[in-house]
Amino acid sequence: MTLFEEVPVTTAEEIPVRRVEMRVNGETRAANIEPRLLLAHLIRNGMQLTGTHTGCDTTNCGACTVLFDGQPVKSCTMFAVQADGHEITTVEGLATASELHPIQEGFKDEHGLQCGFCTPGMMLSAKALLDENPNPTEDEVRWALSGNLCRCTGYQNIVKAVLWAAEKMRGDEPASEDAADGGGEA
Amino acid sequence: MFPSRFRYEAPSSLGEAVALLASHDDSKVLAGGQSLIPMMKLRFASPALLVDINNIPGLDQHGAQPDGSYRIGALVRHADLEKSTTLGEHQPTIAAAAPLIADPIVRTRGTFVGSVCHADPQGDWASCLVALDGSIVAHGPTGRRTIPVDDFVTGPFQTVLAPDEIAVEAVIGAASGSRKGGYLKLERRVGDFATVGVAVALEMSGSTVTKAGIGLTGVGSATINAREAADAIVGSSLGDDEIAVAAEAAAAASSPRSDHRGSADYKRHVVATFVGRLLAQHQPAEAEVA
Repeated sequence: MTLFEEVPVTTAEEIPVRRVEMRVNGETRAANIEPRLLLAHLIRNGMQLTGTHTGCDTTNCGACTVLFDGQPVKSCTMFAVQADGHEITTVEGLATASELHPIQEGFKDEHGLQCGFCTPGMMLSAKALLDENPNPTEDEVRWALSGNLCRCTGYQNIVKAVLWAAEKMRGDEPASEDAADGGGEA
Repeated sequence: MFPSRFRYEAPSSLGEAVALLASHDDSKVLAGGQSLIPMMKLRFASPALLVDINNIPGLDQHGAQPDGSYRIGALVRHADLEKSTTLGEHQPTIAAAAPLIADPIVRTRGTFVGSVCHADPQGDWASCLVALDGSIVAHGPTGRRTIPVDDFVTGPFQTVLAPDEIAVEAVIGAASGSRKGGYLKLERRVGDFATVGVAVALEMSGSTVTKAGIGLTGVGSATINAREAADAIVGSSLGDDEIAVAAEAAAAASSPRSDHRGSADYKRHVVATFVGRLLAQHQPAEAEVA
């Protein structure tokens, strides 16, 4: 018996890495990831698309909402590996280089945000609604947004913003709040 | 929050999926993931192998079958049921509950069958399936077996599914008469668990109830099958007296706890009120006059 007995060095746990490829805002992106990476983290940290916010990280608040094949999902409650071969739209995918998306215009015109933290998720839930139902009632807008929490606005102006966008996307000229009350920014 | 490390496989057939599950003694099936992923993030669940069944074809259908039964595949999302234009005529109880599950974003991913397998005592779907006397079909290495929902769930978050079995569909048997029913849920806000949920499923021949089921959500340590309450209305034409007896029996069958959602007495009262309301919707016109 010696004072010590040499034992083999423990090999590190094998890290299962997978290659995934997905369309993000119309562009094909590929990455090597660990399966436990959440979609929200791939989008924010991996792809640096920081418009997607992580609020509660517990499937409650909806700030991390992105579109997955056109349907709103909470990206904190999906693994990035599940997006392999799928289509993701984040808030960065709404505007084009030269102009805002009508939903973004609506949020600007109708003051649909205060701190802005919930806004990307709100906009993507709104986009999924308007893609499916171009002429929603106020109730339908409230219902569609009921998975997205906002702690600032009281929702009134968010709902107005979505209705404004719906009108604009249908090709009607939305009645501007500014025109009605003589300038909301004043 | 990061879950602990796991291996991920997304097979494209049930056979492969079952073989993968059998290959590892600590594996878990991933369907919608809206309960499993939050639990993995909190490390209440840390499977070593995750078998994603989303690439397996044929599991995303629901509908009435030639034999009169209604089947809901393992990849049918809550939103598929909510948006279905044909579900209501076949399964009014399920159609009433679909828009009340979680919130609209969770509904696009979460699945009916997954929710039943999660076996959360607060789950809305289990009460519906209990009221409808439904079953879960499990696919394993040696074939399929059909498990009545009452036998399927053995306790909070526990089912009889073997580690190498996959719940492939929920089945509701053919109705002997016309199907009526509904679901009522009291929640503090969208996405919260039910303070009280009540599922009622009736089969009626004319104005007579031939079969009845009542399931209660959130008022006990498990989904409650209020059998006595349901028995009180079988054979009746839903007269006010029978409804009152059923409502009281359902309240007696519940065993709620006082918590931040309300006192036990309050919840029991809501159970009786909801049972009464749901049954009154199906009273024949003359009974309302009487």
